[in-house]
Parts: sequence; structure tokens; C-alpha cells
Amino acid sequence: MTELNELTLAEARDGLRAKDFSARELAQAHIAALEKARALNAYLLETPDRALAMAEVSDAKIAKGEGRPLEGLPLGIKDLFCTHGVVTTAGSKILEGFEPHYESAVTHNLWRDGAVMLGKLNLDEFAMGSSNETSAYGNVISPWRRNGSDAPIVPGGSSGGSAAAVAAHLCLGATATDTGGSIRQPAAFTGTVGIKPTYGRCSRWGTVAFASSLDQAGPIARTVRDCAILLGSMAGPDARDTTCVDLPVPDFEAAVSRGVKGLTIGIPKEYRVDGMPAEIQRLWDQGAEWLRAAGAEIREISLPNTRYALPAYYIVAPAEASSNLARYDGVRYGLRVPGKDIVGMYENTRAAGFGREVKRRIMIGTYVLSAGYYDAYYVRAQKIRTLIKRDFEAVYAAGVDAILTPATPSSAFAIGEKASADPVEMYLNDVFTVTVNMAGLPGIAVPAGLDAQGLPLGLQLIGRPFDEETLFATAQAIEDAAGRMSLPRAWWA
Amino acid sequence: MNAPVNPKKLIKGGLHDWEVVIGMEIHAQVTSRSKLFSGAPTAFGAEPNAHVSLVDAAMPGMLPVINEECVAQAIRTGLGLKAKINLRSVFDRKNYFYPDLPQGYQISQYKDPIVGEGEVLVDLADGESITVGIERLHLEQDAGKSLHDQSPNQSFVDLNRSGVALMEIVSRPDLRSSEEARAYVTKLRTILRYLGTCDGDMEKGNLRADVNVSVRRPGEPLGTRCEIKNVNSIRFIGQAIETEARRQIAILEDGGKIDQETRLFDPGKGETRSMRSKEEAHDYRYFPDPDLLPLEFEQAYVDGLAGGLPELPDAKKARFVSEFGLSAYDAGVLVAERASADYYEAVAKGRDGKAAANWVINELFGRLNKEGRGIEETPVSAAQLGAIIDLIGEGVISGKIAKDLFEIVWTEGGDPRQIVEARGLKQVTDTGAIEAAIDAIIAQNPDKVTQAKEKPTLLGWFVGQTMKATGGKANPAAVNALLKSKLGIE
Repeated sequence: MTELNELTLAEARDGLRAKDFSARELAQAHIAALEKARALNAYLLETPDRALAMAEVSDAKIAKGEGRPLEGLPLGIKDLFCTHGVVTTAGSKILEGFEPHYESAVTHNLWRDGAVMLGKLNLDEFAMGSSNETSAYGNVISPWRRNGSDAPIVPGGSSGGSAAAVAAHLCLGATATDTGGSIRQPAAFTGTVGIKPTYGRCSRWGTVAFASSLDQAGPIARTVRDCAILLGSMAGPDARDTTCVDLPVPDFEAAVSRGVKGLTIGIPKEYRVDGMPAEIQRLWDQGAEWLRAAGAEIREISLPNTRYALPAYYIVAPAEASSNLARYDGVRYGLRVPGKDIVGMYENTRAAGFGREVKRRIMIGTYVLSAGYYDAYYVRAQKIRTLIKRDFEAVYAAGVDAILTPATPSSAFAIGEKASADPVEMYLNDVFTVTVNMAGLPGIAVPAGLDAQGLPLGLQLIGRPFDEETLFATAQAIEDAAGRMSLPRAWWA
Repeated sequence: MNAPVNPKKLIKGGLHDWEVVIGMEIHAQVTSRSKLFSGAPTAFGAEPNAHVSLVDAAMPGMLPVINEECVAQAIRTGLGLKAKINLRSVFDRKNYFYPDLPQGYQISQYKDPIVGEGEVLVDLADGESITVGIERLHLEQDAGKSLHDQSPNQSFVDLNRSGVALMEIVSRPDLRSSEEARAYVTKLRTILRYLGTCDGDMEKGNLRADVNVSVRRPGEPLGTRCEIKNVNSIRFIGQAIETEARRQIAILEDGGKIDQETRLFDPGKGETRSMRSKEEAHDYRYFPDPDLLPLEFEQAYVDGLAGGLPELPDAKKARFVSEFGLSAYDAGVLVAERASADYYEAVAKGRDGKAAANWVINELFGRLNKEGRGIEETPVSAAQLGAIIDLIGEGVISGKIAKDLFEIVWTEGGDPRQIVEARGLKQVTDTGAIEAAIDAIIAQNPDKVTQAKEKPTLLGWFVGQTMKATGGKANPAAVNALLKSKLGIE
């Protein structure tokens, strides 16, 4: 029999409903798994007592026939979501030991629907990174390895803990956030499914901010259906976030089995970037072929401003971050390193509290907003953002329902392989994903195969605003064709 | 901007006459129950940090949500300043570090404020009026307060004010003297208080001014300005301008030049001193706040608010002049406070408007001023004062007795009619009694009677004696008539 933690979220849900096992047993299976997987460094904080207490409530609810949508399903929470009474660090020393007195809107919605918290998941510091190497608490190690190699591989980032924990069966699903690809890239690197919904679909209230106009929460899980179930609970209106839309949440799970017959899928020629590995191109062609076979029409499209997206993103995101991170000043909470005066205290606190990548982005952001540079950088980047949005609008207006691209320009790399290099090389990981954030659109990464080294590769689907349903339907068609990714054996246990 | 120079307003330097040019940024705390972007209360005087929400303390992941009442108050104010209301405005972040600024930025409006150009009509003491241009009004958050006197080696921070809504009202450099500046702030404060959008309490810091001052020789282009920060009384605004203008004139007449800088006014020492130079000025790195969508509303919303506005001082003054026949000066005095105007109208209703104005301004305001009380604390109600005026009009009491009656009502209270009855203050109109008194006076003062026939102005002396003899209760008209006939004066 399959271990309980190896079930999909949907299977576990159905098993609980059928009383095949209890929520407590399900939680215990996960607690045992994550205790054995500490080598992966996916969890920053394990909360087994809380998990068991929540599971007991779930068992009581199930016994009374009052089970809620996610009753008894154990999840991992990216440590960017504030959790009431549970330390929340954002992967940074500056928030070491910080215990919020409030619960983020997204996690609140999950507990409201009966989910069980296993702990807080590692991430790049303040979600700034594409490999999880910027975490102040050590990098996460991917459960995946290259064929015949023991070299530790990155899980991607910034939701590397979420992706690794899901891939290694350390939770049924996890919350994640995506500012430039932080859900989709780690999902692609770990053979899992991750969706960044439309900007405004999930409330940002209580999630530590990186770049407010780009940040969006979403789930990572092992199947398309599991992602649909989780997003259905995470999403929803919230008057506390004025950028969160007042739209009802559709039945995402129902959309999973809609099929792709009659849909038009766009293939953007600008995503054929220089130096893209041949196997990525082959996978992309394969994906298009699968969708055609399933009844979709494939159409070549053009998104002409794509090449400006990455540089514009690396102006907008650091600009917002430089301002959002100003509150970590040592005055009210978090780390404080004394200084000879207030400026000295600020300098010492922020020098000790922030890591190199965060400092780099604060400096970039401060620079591009400075007098004399604002128009040349920030204003132009915003104009590019408008152009990128228009590119997508034009394509959708012409009848395209979703766009198929590779999720990443390569498979996962080894830890340290890119860390010392030019930071721009790391930033290039986001080349296929940032356009989606810049345009505020939904995007999903779904596993499609393995590369020659045996590492997972993913495809990305980009949808119309607030049409996650088409993404789930299309991603399911790819999952059906590619087959469920068989995850690596537990070498860490 | 280049209105004809009024020579009376020029400041005499050692060498030349100088014109002072003043523009002001007024920070007015919006009257609202909760803060601009959070539900925390705005009430003054709470224990430190008692009124602080998670948003005000800038906890991780907290987001601002605009308080609609503050928006409505800003629009009302804009309408009161006859200003353009912008149906779309944008909130920006003004970034700087300070311990009482939890977010590390102030949410303000930079390029697209909620209110555009308007104007304020300002009456000056000499009967002249000027129109002061308003450049803009925008909404922004107040900061908290740093407390440096609580501990020998630490500073404390009180965030009760953090996030409270302020309106920054920016004038054009249209003011030409400290008197004009004081009159402008006074008028602006009056308008805000009429509108109920700011209580104008300068002692609590609910209204404070940044004053931009420059000087020039008449007819020359604008000089370099200095900004005097955070002046918190109308008197200090006047003093700060005088002090700063003279400082600049002294420098210029010595052949020096003015450095653009931010200065502070020290009322104790009567000087302004440099706070920071232009080079040290912060780069605030303004950019649109990505947590907030642009603020958009329909013209119908503005029209709805306009429909609910009270009558404003200029309109009220004009109405008092036309409806009650008051002088512009008296009307101006009465409308300076909405409560005074309301009081006056209650007294004047159904009575002679001028008599009512005289009583309110001379007797009531005079007495209130003497005791340092406001109109809200008057012991004499409008009904009581109205009754006193009625008693005069009906000939029941004389004007002199009326003043005594006013004093009784002020100190003891009570119904003026009953007091007149009970204390026998009624005017004597019985000519028999008056005649008897007059006859007695004539009999005792034959010499005066002789003199009066030659010099009729002596009649006044006889009137005084008669009033004295009757305890002031004799009807003055009757006394006059009887005296004239008995003394044979025409």
C-alpha cells in the first residue's frame, strides 16, 4: 500500500471522507516523513503539535459529517505568510523570532476550510532568489539528483521549500508566492505543479511584501487537480487588500476535467531565446503536439515586447522592494543591532539583518527611484509594462485562449553553480515567467518530462485575466499526456 | 503674482524698501473618527501607543485601505476653497527613515492630488480684501511622535498620530506681509471650521504651517526663498515672517545672498535658524504606492457632498449685510466663527438686525473677550439676549437699565422679563412721577435754570439729575420732553 503521505491531495481527501484512515494518521505520516527529511532543509519550522491538534479537530468534524473542503489535509506554509503565534521569518535574519499576532488572509482561508499546518517552509530571503540559496537559514536541497550524481541540486526559488516539500512528499500541498516566477520555476525544477493566479485573485493581506504590484500567492502540489482544490480555498475577496478583486471564486476543480477541445493555444515566437537547450525546444513542441492531439488548435503568435520584460521587471520589483523593506529598521520588531545614534542603529541593523541579494535589490531599487534617474528607469519600466500588457491583450482579443511556453530556460542547476556568477545569469531564470507578473496574468507550470540528466522540465501556460479555469483544463491535458511525474526515491530518509 | 505693489506693505531696510513674498503650506488634521488608512481611532490625549493598529505600526504584510470619510472631508474642503476636484488622484510613497515613521515612507499625494486650484478671499483690517490662490490640496498620513524627554539615554516613540489624515493645503506666493499671512491662515481656519473638516486647534498641532518667505526689491523677480517649518500659532506665523524677512534683507543689503534652506522659528529667542540646506534636502524617491489603486470617484459623488455643505463665511457675510442691513465690518466680525454667526442669527431673528449686532458685538463679545471665553461658553443665551433687546424695543427698560440687566443675566441667569418685574427695573413713563422729580430739581437749582435758558446744552445736566432721582427708570424721551417745556428750551 502507498504510504499516506504519498497520496495526492485529492486522494487523501477522498480517503478521509471514506474513513479509510484518520486525519491524525495522515498528519502522523507526514510528521514522520518530514522528520526524516531534515537533510533537505525544506522546513524552517515544524509544528507537529499544532498539526496533530488540528487533525483531531478534523477527525471530530468528519465523524459528525461536518467535513470542510480541505478537512484534515496537511499542508506546508511558505514562511512568507504570517501565521498567528508561529514564528514567521521571510527567510531573513532581520525577522528572526518574529511571531505575528495575526494570520495572513490566505492561510486563514485554508484553516477555515479545515486544512492542517505541518510547519513553515524555507524560501529565498524575502522571496528574492531563484535557487533558494539566498535564505538566511541555509539553502533547500532538491529531492532530485542528476543521473549518477550525488551533487546537491537547487529546488528553484523563491518557493524552493514549498516545491521540495511537495516533491519529497513532506506535505500534500504547499502555499507559495510568485513575484517573477517564484511558484512556477521551482515547480518546474521539482516536477510539481504550481499556479500563480491572476493578480488580485488571492489577498496579499498578511503576506510579507516583496513587490506589491507583482506579488501573488498560489499553491504548489503534485497534480493539477490538487492545485485547483487548494486555489479554490486560498482565493477570495478581501476588503483589507484593495488590490484584491471582488469576484466569486469559480469551481476550479470542476474546470480540471473540461478538456481542451476547441481551445486555441498560442505559441509565442519571442520565447525562442538564444541559447535555449534543444531538449527544451523539443519539450515545448511536444507539449503543443499533445494539446493538438487533445483537440486544441495551435497558433503561432507574437508578443513583441517580451525581450524588454526582464530588464523592466528588475527595475519595478527592486523599486517596490526598496520601499517595502524600509519598515525593517530595528525600531519596533525583529532584529536590532545598537549603534551610536539612530542612523547608526539603522545601519547596523540592516547591515546585519539583510543578506547580499536583498541588499543588492534594495540598492538597485533606491537607485532607480532617485531624483534624476526615476524618469529614465522607473517611468520607462512602467511604460514597458503597459506595452507587455497590451501584447497579451491583443493576442487574447484575436481569439487565443491560453499561451504555451517553456517554464524555465533550463533544468535545475547544482547548488553553488550560479551563486558566485554574475547575478544577471540567475535573473535569467525568470525570463519566461516575469512577463506574466508584469501583465498580472495567471500562469501555471506543469511537469512535462525529464531532461537527459534525469531532471524534471516543465511547461508554462499563460491565461486570460481571471481565467484560471482554462489553465487548469489545459494543464490537465498536458499532465494526462505526459503522465504523472514519478518522483525520486527517498535518498534522504 | 505681480499685482501692483502696495507701498504700505513694504519693509524699510537700511538702504531700500523691500517687498516680502510669502506662500504657505498648511497641514490641517482631517476631522474623522479613524485614521486615513486604518481603523484606529484619532482621538487626542490617549495613553501613548493606545491608538495603533497593525497597519499604523507597519507590521509585515499589512496593507492600507483608504478611509472614505477622509476622502469626503478633503472634497468638502476643496469645494469650500472653490477649487477643482480631481475625480482621479494617486497616492504616492514619500520615502525616508525616521523612528516615528513606521513604514519607512509616508503615504501622500505627489503628482496627482485630490484637489487642484482654488482661492480664498481674505479681508484685511483696513477694509481691503485680497484673493489668495490655492495651488492644491492633498491627503497624506501624519507621522508619530518621538519623545526625547522620557529617559536619559533613549528616545521613545508614540504612534497614536501615526497614520492620522492630514490635508496639506498649498497656497500660491500671493501674500505680501505678515498681516496678510496671518489673515489668510485665520480665514482658512474659519472655512475649515465651518466645513467641519478640521477643528483648527493649533495648540494640539491640528493646524500647522510651513511658511515660505523671500524678499525682493519691488518689481524685481522672486528672490530665493527659505521655508520655515512647522509654525504652530498664528501669532508665531507673523513673528516668524517678520524675523525671517529682516534676516534676509540684512544679508542682501550687506551684499550677501540667500541660501535656499529649511529653517526653524524659535519664538523664545525670536529668531529663525537653519535646519538643513538644499544640499542636505532628502531625496524622497516618490513613486505611486502599489498597495493602493488610484482614487477615483464620480462627479455625482462630489455634487452630493456639495449639496450638503453649510453656508460658508463669505456667503453668510454677504447675506448678513443684505438681510440685516449690517456694515461689512460688523458682518465680518459676526461670521468669523460659525457659532458666533449662529448665535447672532438666533438673536436677530424677528428683531432689528443692527440692534442685535450691536448687542452681540459690543456687549456680549466684549464681555466674553474680557473673560477669555469663547461663544460656546456664553452664560447669556441668544433667547435671553433677544428678550433684553425686546424689552428695550417695547420701552419697558432704557438702554442703560438694559446693560445692568445684561450683567444680572450674565452673573445670575434667569428670564430677563421676570427679573425686570421682580426687581422693579421697569422704566417710569408716568409723567406725574417724572414731573415731580423735575420740579424738585428745578426748585433746588434756580441758578442752573437761569443758565440753561441761555445755554440749552445744560439740558443734559438736568436729564442726568432726573435719571438719578428716578433710579434710571424714567423714560428718557419723556424726561427730555418735560424738561424742555419746563425750562422753556426749544
